[in-house]
Amino acid sequence: MWAVIAHAAVLALLPPLLGGVVTRTKALFAGRRGPGVWQPYFDLVKLLRKGVALSATTTWVFVLAPVLAVVTAVMAGLLVPLGSFAPPVAFAGDFVLFAYLFALGRFFTAAAALDTGSPFEGMGAAREVGFAWLTEPALFFAFLALARLSGSLSLAGMLRATEGAWLQRTAPLVLTAAGVFIVLLAECSRMPVDDPTTHLELTMIHEVMVLDHSGPLLGLVEYGAAVKLFVLDALLLHVMAPTARVTGWPGLALFVLGLLAVAVGIGVVESTMARLRLLHVPTLLIAAVLSCGFAFLLLSR
Amino acid sequence: MSISSGEPWQSAALLLLVGAGCLLAISGVPGLLLSWRSIWGSRIATALVVAGSLLGLAGGSLAVGGHGGAVIGFPSPMPGFRAGLGADALSGFFSLPVFLVGGLGALYGASYWRPRSHPRNGRRLRLCYGLLLASLTFITLARDGMAFLVAWEVMALTNFLLVTTDDEDPAVGRAGWLYLLYSHVTILCLFALFLLERQLSGDFALGVIPAAAPQSLRTAIFVLALVAFGIKAGAMPLHSWLPAAHASAPSHVSALMSGVVIKMGIYGLVRMCGLLASPPLAWGITLLAMGSLSAFFGVVFALGQHDLKRLLAYHSIENIGIILLGLGLALVGRSAGRPDWVMLGLAGCLLHVWNHALFKSLLFFGAGSVAHATGTRDLERTGGLARRMPATAGLFLLGSIAICGLPPLNGFVSELFVYLGLVRAAVTPGSAWAALPAPVLAATGALAVACFVKVFGITFLGTARSSAARDAHESPPLMLAPMAVLAVVCAVLGVAPGLAAPALERAAAAWAGQPPGGLSLAGLAPLSWISTTAAALLAAAALATAAVLPACRRGRRRAPALPTWDCGYAAASPRLQYTASSFAQLITSHFAWVLRPKVHAPRIEQLFPAPSHFDSHAEDLVLDSLLLPASRGATQVSARMRALPQGQLQRYILYILAVLVPLLIWAMAGESAGR
Repeated sequence: MWAVIAHAAVLALLPPLLGGVVTRTKALFAGRRGPGVWQPYFDLVKLLRKGVALSATTTWVFVLAPVLAVVTAVMAGLLVPLGSFAPPVAFAGDFVLFAYLFALGRFFTAAAALDTGSPFEGMGAAREVGFAWLTEPALFFAFLALARLSGSLSLAGMLRATEGAWLQRTAPLVLTAAGVFIVLLAECSRMPVDDPTTHLELTMIHEVMVLDHSGPLLGLVEYGAAVKLFVLDALLLHVMAPTARVTGWPGLALFVLGLLAVAVGIGVVESTMARLRLLHVPTLLIAAVLSCGFAFLLLSR
Repeated sequence: MSISSGEPWQSAALLLLVGAGCLLAISGVPGLLLSWRSIWGSRIATALVVAGSLLGLAGGSLAVGGHGGAVIGFPSPMPGFRAGLGADALSGFFSLPVFLVGGLGALYGASYWRPRSHPRNGRRLRLCYGLLLASLTFITLARDGMAFLVAWEVMALTNFLLVTTDDEDPAVGRAGWLYLLYSHVTILCLFALFLLERQLSGDFALGVIPAAAPQSLRTAIFVLALVAFGIKAGAMPLHSWLPAAHASAPSHVSALMSGVVIKMGIYGLVRMCGLLASPPLAWGITLLAMGSLSAFFGVVFALGQHDLKRLLAYHSIENIGIILLGLGLALVGRSAGRPDWVMLGLAGCLLHVWNHALFKSLLFFGAGSVAHATGTRDLERTGGLARRMPATAGLFLLGSIAICGLPPLNGFVSELFVYLGLVRAAVTPGSAWAALPAPVLAATGALAVACFVKVFGITFLGTARSSAARDAHESPPLMLAPMAVLAVVCAVLGVAPGLAAPALERAAAAWAGQPPGGLSLAGLAPLSWISTTAAALLAAAALATAAVLPACRRGRRRAPALPTWDCGYAAASPRLQYTASSFAQLITSHFAWVLRPKVHAPRIEQLFPAPSHFDSHAEDLVLDSLLLPASRGATQVSARMRALPQGQLQRYILYILAVLVPLLIWAMAGESAGR
């Protein structure tokens, strides 16, 4: 019972902090002090208190998209274990739900972008769906590899695959982790794929899709993106480290620290890499597919 | 005439189905006796189709509930032949969509194809529509080769007449002839198939072909079934007739063709695979490969289209691919002696047959409403229709979510079954290769999302791109009601898949030739979790929407005429919006090698170029390259070999993977066959 409450609390409260840590890391790399790590929380509160400005072109799809972005990300978060605790929801085949929930969020985010009738937002939507078709097979190859390692059909079981397997099955796990990391960078619109801080609409992917969202709707979009980063971060951490080795509350605390460490890692990658040319992004994503695919091949004997 | 049956209500089911078939067959006849001007021809036909469909729904439900099934034997019209009709759970399962979509299509068609606006072909359309529905009913009931062939030929011919309803248009005529050509390849294959079967079993009755029969003959039967039924189902690479035929027919006929008629190919394949005892592993692998190919390239071709109905037709090929994946998994499971793979694969295959019938006819009805309202099927000339036709937009969105396989609708459930079966294979030692379609299915799903964001976003959202779209009008209630019924069934199956579980179990048992109750679907698939998560998703979305709606209302009231943020360019016009082609371009450019887009782009030579014109469209690869002479093909292949080395490391690794995967399949298949 307490584990479920703790899971819900961490899932609800921690995500904005990860974004703050990434921003802070990038600022330190750039030699600036940068905003504090709690800044995303202040931004969210500010946005939630503002009014909404809606373009006359938009319909109800535009309002539904941020709502679904948050709801789907949070539901996906309920499937991923935190620390050594079992997740609140786990069943055979829940990894399909995990991937398809994000797809549902993507469907509405991209549709909402087209709803505004803006050419820039249409461009962003086209890029979002145009890259996602390469991240999905990478993710499913990773799931297959983890299923093969653990013999489990549910995400909670798959993510325990690293227990004791690190030494015997290092190569496939490294390959899987590399693939999942690229998926994370692409899905959370991070640096080599997308620049979350750019100022030129022509070069954006995720940010340009939400140009017209404002006030609480923009707050939901930002929060949904933070939860998505959190969930994929947790997924990656489970692949990278035997997270259930330390059990109970200390395990959860250690897990949260691990999440923050991965966020620092994302910040480092973002600071040290330039954004790829858009036409070269698919090459990176194919590398993710191949990485996870080879992991599965290595494990399939 | 003799009826043999275990239980009385099973013969009742069969009699209801036969009665429904007869009623449907004559539904267009009264209209022939009336003048084309009379509205009564249409009304009587619609009433008869609806009555027949209701009878059939009752009979089909009874048949799905039973097992074994009743058989009627008719006295032979020709010496040596016996016509038998029977209804087991599998027949019932495949006949239910015929009646649901057929009945709703007749209601939709009554408004869509009014006698007044189509004086020349209305009567022919209604006659053929009823006959087509009757032939579909009898195909599912046929218990011997002769009855099957007669019903099949009636289906092929009436369907041809329906495709060419609008035969003043030369493109429609071409589509019709192509369809007829392919249909006759099918029927020739079926003749050969039933003759071979008679060689083995002694008569034309559709009975189990024992494993003791010569393997070469059994393989020949399987290959003939695969080609014949693969053509009918539109599986790649036998699909070339499908897009043009589905785009040319009137929309309610397209809905019936795409939702139900092509499923007769699946029915034939499922039935024949069920009759061939102990299949070799290669058959299942063939179906898995064909399913992956159809699913992936079906959606790739769909992305290249900007004709709404042609695009939906290519999505039928994609969904047939998903259905074949399920069937292939079931066959592999049968060869490997894994009843759980059989159950999950067949459940995914069969449930997707229902699901696709539901959401694809919903989408074709929606496409018909769009065409009706704007007079065009070209996506580039629509836009902003959600304001003018809100009900159609909402229903179309529901269908789009369902066809993308997204929760909480029905498409998700059947895809989940297939995924579960594939991952069960993945975790079994020695059969990891069988899981390789899973990532392909994942990519297909993501591409389907891209495609339906394009369709829904370009058609219904944004602002109108033409005056026709600006002046569009909402469809009459009689066209919306059938769509609403289909949408409700989609939602119910998505939230409560447990309702379909008994039917799936009985049909799977009938297929495997086992008594029902052997394997429970609920033990293999998380049916109650699907319901819980779907309900939670809906509830959470409703609550969160209710929370933000007041703020949005206030914003709308305070500033009702705000423009979209134009990034500083203050002369935005609807023509600046992204179009269907530009939206898909990022993806289709990866597949230029298979889509072969024909692009007519202007050459800009002066500083101030004159007004110009750009267009691009993708043609069907298989159709066009079949016509190429063999020598030219060979030259092209060798020319393309030169393009392979391009100095990109990722490409080389991809080639290595592309070689390794078939080698792995080969090695492991040999291994499990040896065991």
